[in-house]
Amino acid sequence: MQEIRNYTMNFGPQHPAAHGVLRLVMEMDGETIVRADPHIGLLHRGTEKLAESKPFNQSIGYMDRLDYVSMMCNEHAYVRAIETLLGVEAPVRAQYIRTMFDEITRILNHLMWIGSNGLDLGAMAVFLYAFREREELMDVYEAVSGARMHATYYRPGGVYRDLPAQMSQYRESPWHKGNDLKRINSWREGSMLDYLEAFTADFPTKVDEYEELLTTNRIWKQRTVGIGVISPELAQQWGMTGVMLRGSGVEWDLRKKQPYAKYAEMDFDIPVGVNGDCYDRYLCRVEEMRQSNRIIQQCVQWLKANPGPVMVKNFKVAPPSRVEMKEDMEALIHHFKLFTEGYCVPAGETYCAVEAPKGEFGCYLVSDGANKPFRVHLRAPGFAHLSSMDTIVRGHMLADVVAMIGTYDLVFGEVDR
Amino acid sequence: MADQLINQVLWPVIYILCIVLPLVIAVAMFVYWERKVIGWMHVRLGPNKIGPFGILQAFADVVKLLIKEVILPTKANRFLYFLAPLIALIPALAAWAVIPFSGQMVLSNANAGILYLLAMTSMGVYGIIIAGWASNSRYALLGAMRSAAQVISYELAMGLCLVCVLVLAGSLNLTEIVNAQAGSKGILEWFMWPLLPVFVIYFISGVAETNRAPFDMAEGESEIVAGFHVEYSGSAFAIFFLAEYANMILISFLASILFLGGWLSPFPASWGFIGHGGFIWLFIKAFMMSFLFLWFRATFPRYRYDQIMRLGWKVLIPIAIVWVMVAGCLKYFDVVTVGMGA
Repeated sequence: MQEIRNYTMNFGPQHPAAHGVLRLVMEMDGETIVRADPHIGLLHRGTEKLAESKPFNQSIGYMDRLDYVSMMCNEHAYVRAIETLLGVEAPVRAQYIRTMFDEITRILNHLMWIGSNGLDLGAMAVFLYAFREREELMDVYEAVSGARMHATYYRPGGVYRDLPAQMSQYRESPWHKGNDLKRINSWREGSMLDYLEAFTADFPTKVDEYEELLTTNRIWKQRTVGIGVISPELAQQWGMTGVMLRGSGVEWDLRKKQPYAKYAEMDFDIPVGVNGDCYDRYLCRVEEMRQSNRIIQQCVQWLKANPGPVMVKNFKVAPPSRVEMKEDMEALIHHFKLFTEGYCVPAGETYCAVEAPKGEFGCYLVSDGANKPFRVHLRAPGFAHLSSMDTIVRGHMLADVVAMIGTYDLVFGEVDR
Repeated sequence: MADQLINQVLWPVIYILCIVLPLVIAVAMFVYWERKVIGWMHVRLGPNKIGPFGILQAFADVVKLLIKEVILPTKANRFLYFLAPLIALIPALAAWAVIPFSGQMVLSNANAGILYLLAMTSMGVYGIIIAGWASNSRYALLGAMRSAAQVISYELAMGLCLVCVLVLAGSLNLTEIVNAQAGSKGILEWFMWPLLPVFVIYFISGVAETNRAPFDMAEGESEIVAGFHVEYSGSAFAIFFLAEYANMILISFLASILFLGGWLSPFPASWGFIGHGGFIWLFIKAFMMSFLFLWFRATFPRYRYDQIMRLGWKVLIPIAIVWVMVAGCLKYFDVVTVGMGA
């Protein structure tokens, strides 16, 4: 008699739902998954090794490229690690700016997630709705750093420069004209903070729009409720963090448990799931967007009222201003030293983590006293999440794997590093 | 002899061309309309570069597809691989033979029109299954298996819906079914009202039958990439595409004919000009029905394979069976008056 065997299917790396370059080798019994074996490393760029050969500041830009949808949060972890070893602390205003941009980044990330998760499950509209708002926040990135994605805005000792006093306007073009142009530019009349104020006032209604399409949609619920259930114990065993952990009901958020930057001063709630399925994680992330919006509002208020320096006045770490350089010999020397050799970090090691949108993003930094790190290790939340794939999707159907990849919120920049 | 040739060959061929050519152009315009409508629903523009308002986009796509290479995958069955698109397309076009565009405009006024339609629409699935099998690809095979199961289950629900219409109209002939919906009260005479649940089920089954969102798991873009036609390219793909859209338009026309009174005007005949029937009414109704296809696609997430089966077998088919009995009672006790005919 002929033996009946399961068949193996190669899901990715060239696959519309692989979120980049996930290769999932699946053993399938019809539509049911018997074994799922994630293969990673297709986007490995050796960030950690590269960082060892460069002065500290030059690796900040690499951090953006790890999780390329939550750029500034990655920078934050790295910059905090350096600051801890150096023993410097950023000025209060810089701390608020960082808090604000971490939350802007969280919204950016969750918008990307809600869009791609929707698209994975076939809901196309949410994707484009989410990108509409992403575009508006990208403009904030651009206003502050000149880059729309890879900002390289945070620096050990503060942030690169203060928030712009004028938000740039759109010019008339075939794509932006008439009332549309007027509407776009009406928010951009004042400073960046005014713009953010307008955005945050409007954003909750936009979140309502996404929820309108998904939250009570029967098909959406059928596709997510009870799919990929992760018990709190399992989540902890696999080292899950962020929404993957909170969705299972564990109230663990570094912003509350080990506050950094100015999170201790912020008033916000941590949404927690009950069942630990895809639907709960969806609700958690949607609520996080609303909470992030609240935090941004608080930061904007504070930042409007309190001008001040955004960089430490320690020229061993942070460059002096261009004006000072023109007349002060010492400032010129500091500038030259900082931009050629960089700064030396006292020998020691540290682990600093931030609550990135995807979970705990940590940077383990070892310095031997030189101007380059001796060793950098980055703890990417996606890596820990992805490794649980096999355990969770066994017995699910093929379409659920797609839902699961969506709910993991995977970005291969950070998984493969 | 020459007369016979002209009557039996030439005229039918001209009639067929008169249906097929506008249909192909309608498909092209429907693709354009779909992309435009979904674009608007998605706060984007849709095609707007080729021709005024991008209206020639679909034709540009056709040209692009025709000049592309048709790739034959290694170890694919050459004969079946090229046969499959044709099997998908031919029934999709052949089904149009019995569609009455107005009281007189019909290519073949067959008495068993509905049976013929059922036969043709269920043939289309063979194209999908053979395509999936012949491609020698696992994604394609999965897509083919899914669509086989799906189409067969929804064919049942659809068949039961048709039975309800037959019971009320008392005929298998599509022209007579439309005439049975005629009457002095215009829109209120249509079968849509006594058969409302069946109408909804029929349209849902139609969406499933044509493998459109939210039942598009035979294509399942994010799961099995493109499903059964993942390996097809160029003109072979274009034929599948044509068949899918021709089927969508067909389902819209059928829904209009069976439930919405076909070419009949929604207004009572006593209202003068707008009360008269005409093929324009049929086109308006079909256009509205086909718009629903696009609306679904822009809005809904995709069902999972087993959920579609559950919906078909546990919800739609039982309701349809119950309504067959209801329709029988309506007819038996003369609750529904069948129109006086044209």
